[in-house]
Amino acid sequence: MLWLLWLVPALPLAGFAILFLTAGRLKKPAVAAIGVGSTGLSVVFAFIVTGAFLAAPPAGHAYHEVLWRWIAIGHFTPNVALRLDPLSLIMMLVVTFVGFLIHLYSAEFMEADEGYSRYFAWLNLFMAAMLVLVLAANLLLLYAGWEGVGLCSYLLIGFWYRDPANGRAARKAFIVTRIGDTAFILGIIYLFLSLGTLDIAALMDRARQAWPVGSGMADLAAALLLGGALGKSAQLPLQTWLPDAMAGPTPVSALIHAATMVTAGVYLIARTHVLFMLAPPVQLAVAAVGAATLLLAAFSALNQHDLKRIIAYSTISQIGYMFLALGVGAWTAAIFHFMTHAFFKSLLFLAAGAVMMRIGDEHDIFRMGGLWRRLPVAFLTFLAGAVSLSALPIISAGFYSKDIILLAAWQSGPSGPGLWAAGFVAAFLTALYIFRAVFIVFFGPMHTTPTSRYGWRIVVPLSILSVLALVGGLVETPAWLGGIAAFSNLLAPALPAYRGMAAGSAAQATVMAVDAFIAVFGVTIAYFAFLRRPALVTRLVTAPAARALSRFWLAGWGFDWLYDRVLVRPFVGLARLNRGDVIDAFYSGVAFANCAANKLLSETVNGRLRWYSAWLAAGSLAAIAIMMFA
Amino acid sequence: MLLAWLIFIPALGGFLAWPGERLGRDMPRWIALAALAAELALLIAIWAGGQGGTWLAETDRPWIPQLGIAFRLDLDGLSLVLILLTIGLGILAVAVSWNEITERVGFFHLNLLLTLAGVIGVFLALDLFLFFFLWEVMLVPMYFIIAVWGHERRVYAAIKFFIFTQGSGLLMLVAILALAFAHRAASGTFTFDYFALLGTARHSAIGFWIMLGFFIAFAVKLPAFPLHSWLPDAHTEAPTAGSVILAGVLLKTGAYGMLRFVLPLFPEAAAQFAPLAMLLGAIGVLYGAVLAFAQDDMKRLVAYSSVSHMGFVLLGIFAGTALALQGVVVEMIAHGISTGALFIVVGLLQDRLHTRDMRLLGGLFAKVPMLSAAGMVFAIASLGLPGLGNFVGEFLILLGSWEVNLPLTIVAALGLITAVIYALVFVQRALHGEPRDAAILPDLGRRETAVIAVLMAAILWLGVYPQPLFDTAAPGLADLRHPQAVHAAPAARAP
Amino acid sequence: MVSLPPTAPLILAIILFALGLAGVLVRRNLVVMLMAIEIMLNAAGLAFIAAGMRWGQADGQILFILILTLAAAEVSVGLAMILRLHYRGEPLDADLTNRLRG
Repeated sequence: MLWLLWLVPALPLAGFAILFLTAGRLKKPAVAAIGVGSTGLSVVFAFIVTGAFLAAPPAGHAYHEVLWRWIAIGHFTPNVALRLDPLSLIMMLVVTFVGFLIHLYSAEFMEADEGYSRYFAWLNLFMAAMLVLVLAANLLLLYAGWEGVGLCSYLLIGFWYRDPANGRAARKAFIVTRIGDTAFILGIIYLFLSLGTLDIAALMDRARQAWPVGSGMADLAAALLLGGALGKSAQLPLQTWLPDAMAGPTPVSALIHAATMVTAGVYLIARTHVLFMLAPPVQLAVAAVGAATLLLAAFSALNQHDLKRIIAYSTISQIGYMFLALGVGAWTAAIFHFMTHAFFKSLLFLAAGAVMMRIGDEHDIFRMGGLWRRLPVAFLTFLAGAVSLSALPIISAGFYSKDIILLAAWQSGPSGPGLWAAGFVAAFLTALYIFRAVFIVFFGPMHTTPTSRYGWRIVVPLSILSVLALVGGLVETPAWLGGIAAFSNLLAPALPAYRGMAAGSAAQATVMAVDAFIAVFGVTIAYFAFLRRPALVTRLVTAPAARALSRFWLAGWGFDWLYDRVLVRPFVGLARLNRGDVIDAFYSGVAFANCAANKLLSETVNGRLRWYSAWLAAGSLAAIAIMMFA
Repeated sequence: MLLAWLIFIPALGGFLAWPGERLGRDMPRWIALAALAAELALLIAIWAGGQGGTWLAETDRPWIPQLGIAFRLDLDGLSLVLILLTIGLGILAVAVSWNEITERVGFFHLNLLLTLAGVIGVFLALDLFLFFFLWEVMLVPMYFIIAVWGHERRVYAAIKFFIFTQGSGLLMLVAILALAFAHRAASGTFTFDYFALLGTARHSAIGFWIMLGFFIAFAVKLPAFPLHSWLPDAHTEAPTAGSVILAGVLLKTGAYGMLRFVLPLFPEAAAQFAPLAMLLGAIGVLYGAVLAFAQDDMKRLVAYSSVSHMGFVLLGIFAGTALALQGVVVEMIAHGISTGALFIVVGLLQDRLHTRDMRLLGGLFAKVPMLSAAGMVFAIASLGLPGLGNFVGEFLILLGSWEVNLPLTIVAALGLITAVIYALVFVQRALHGEPRDAAILPDLGRRETAVIAVLMAAILWLGVYPQPLFDTAAPGLADLRHPQAVHAAPAARAP
Repeated sequence: MVSLPPTAPLILAIILFALGLAGVLVRRNLVVMLMAIEIMLNAAGLAFIAAGMRWGQADGQILFILILTLAAAEVSVGLAMILRLHYRGEPLDADLTNRLRG
């Protein structure tokens, strides 16, 4: 049954083709049936393929399916080929399943929108591109999916195209990620020219044989790929696009900017982990970038007023955790956190969307408040997501994945404690900022009155995701909680297992205990600061120094300001300055000189007979003189 | 003799279409379509009956034997795909001018078909004198198309176009004559035959200067920075069909000339000159893109984007590796389709709105969704999205240039970022935003939908299954690279 | 008979030519200019005859006849145009009749 694999990306693509070619002529129920149905079928086939894969794993735990020959010039022969191994299997399952739930949610959420058909067309195209990305057997096809999801992200951020601000956010997202993508494509070229193939499996084998650990070539290749990952996954210094990307519809934020696309960078690094293992400096850079990003983003999340921006900064921060995990070699932990994050973060977005759609699309948390009675479904699901995000011990999925990451960071050699400390502080901030949102939005005085009720298409996805956000982590538990290792066992053929988990030293136990405690502590602080004694916080943030700092964090540490001054304005200024094309001015100058000369000589053609004859005589005299004297 | 008919059919069609006007206003259009359909059928017949090897067909008749001038036409894979592109875009040009051209319809189609005949001849001629003759043939009717049916500043643009191409053509004529004389000095016979002249320049002291003459002529046509300045004016002022033919086909004659003549005739000189040419290409990529971003006029934006794309082509040609040359071929075809399509979209918008100024546009997605979607698809193709044709070309060019000149490859790769900027700014300013007024505009008609659909299918096909194109062009490209020194395909250096 | 030095008629021709040229350049009346041109032509004729005499050949006289014919033709065309101008009531001033300039 494995050969059905091609249907998984093909079905959403077919959905897109139908919706695109009918150009909005279909009725809304038909659009929903095609949009949601194609993804639903894709889930079915994904499960069938998974079943077949698990029941009888193919040789080498990887199934390779060549669809057609894409390009073949000399040695350069990338095919359109899919490859299913445990890593892409997990990615495929999460993408299709979460994607399907979000499609279902969207069918109701977007029902009143005039662009219903367009929305589902882009969403289906996104699913197809994302699945191509995770299933691609070679880097070029992976890049095709990579750019495809970037395009859909652009289209969906700018979905409400009438407002130029949305267009600006969409453009920013595309351009910033494209900067990373350019590094990525250069990395692909470099890898091909150095190793002679783009097939990922072969590439990893050849790299392992050709390059010693720490070779400059491996460093360069890994660094270029990292550039691509930074852009797509919104890590420092290319993180600025993600908060603005919240201009898109909320389910889009859930699907693209939380669960799937932004984690593509994590997938890329995990996919090419061999290169990063051969390049220790770059791998350390991955960890450092992750640590820095997760801290910075957590501080920024603490100061936002816009509910979606809180969750957006939180996404940047959580992907920082995944980068941290990748950087310290805890590959499976990164993918594990990707999975739990996909559950709880899409849940948070969908729940937030469910709140906002009932109060007139209000985004400011300070104009919400006291909503838990009126919107119990949204409240409970948001709470489940928040619990999982803050990694409250035992009862949340986020706990299990974050726990491994922090432990791995602690044990990762000389820089370990520093990396761990960053993750530890951010874990506290995570609990603080998300429960700040919970307490301000759902408790306290009410500022708005919600309207109407939710249909099943919103409640069902929220419920399923809530369950997953709470218990989805039980596939991998620490030794003192049963020591289940189903997840890492599944991934073992694709990713090297993280060693050191088994060791049960006292220091390790302490670290784990502290990690577990800090989340609870964060929630407690949030409870006192934002619910019991809000005056305290008010007094704190109105101090001048704190206000400046708060504004700085609100603006995302001033990166936008910096890039605007250093990159955007000079570029625009230069382009404006040269709008008329200086080169053309040169040719215009030549033309002008010719015209001037023409005018000058035309003056001599004045029709005066005597003038002509005088020149005639003068010329003749001159000629005679030259003949006589020269 | 069949190849000669490839030139004569459009020319004859043109001379029939001119008086055909008296039989009805649409008569010239139908005659033109019939001629192009016959042309297509003939080309496919020649292709199918190809004799195998590099050259699919050839014709060689004496023309002015006293001067060693022959009527020599040869068709290889490279010529074939470019002629296919020419015919395809020619048919679309007739279709898009259906409503736009209402005056002197017969004369318009005469000029259109004569241009096409000249271009097809240029892609076939392998006698240098004949090549020059046909080079001029395609110029004059295009001058009329711009000057008679163009927009506001058409006379200025037409004269600029004429002077640039004519002046550079003169350089080429001098270079051709110099080459012929050099050959006579070396071998005693006077000939303009391509194959006879292949080894000539190698032994000539002024080989480099002769090469430069050819290069400048082709660089103007391409156009390469800093000789591009005629292009924005000509493209902007020409009627839609004229812009499509200019961007889609005429620019390719420059690239074709470099591939066919500059590289094989002057392998050493070209290799010596390659760094500078590649530098011009890389500058062109960025320069065109930055200027495109700054324009208010949609047609000027698209025109400058052509400069950017042609920068990639120049880079790839002088990189000269098998991958880069294949990339050049794909890029040429893809650019012909995507930019031609963008000109069509802009032309259709202008038909409806009577302006090309993006400061006055906006919100078209709400008014003409299909047309806007078409504009967006081709803008996205233009920024190099994988799955659409331009990406394959640009990627292969970068891949093929990397080992030849790494710094310039990286500079050109930055063009991938700037391309996003101008393409998205076009989408934003013209198509997105709040509609300016409540006026109701007609969306795509049936003929227009067909044109757009054909172009979309073509650009998608190039992006996902370009292999037939590679296979067709490969033998010809291998021959072009043959005279050159070693440019082995990037062999796997893995153990 | 006093033998004339061959340069004497040439000097006379030069003087006549210069006088004629001066007349063309200085005077604005078309009739007077026509007369001045006649003088210049005759100066050229004189130079031809002098040269023919110097070399003892008839060519100079033949050329003088040619010039005479030319002058007649020129005067007839020129006078006809002057008359037309006069009948149209336009001034016979060479500086004012320049509408045919390039």
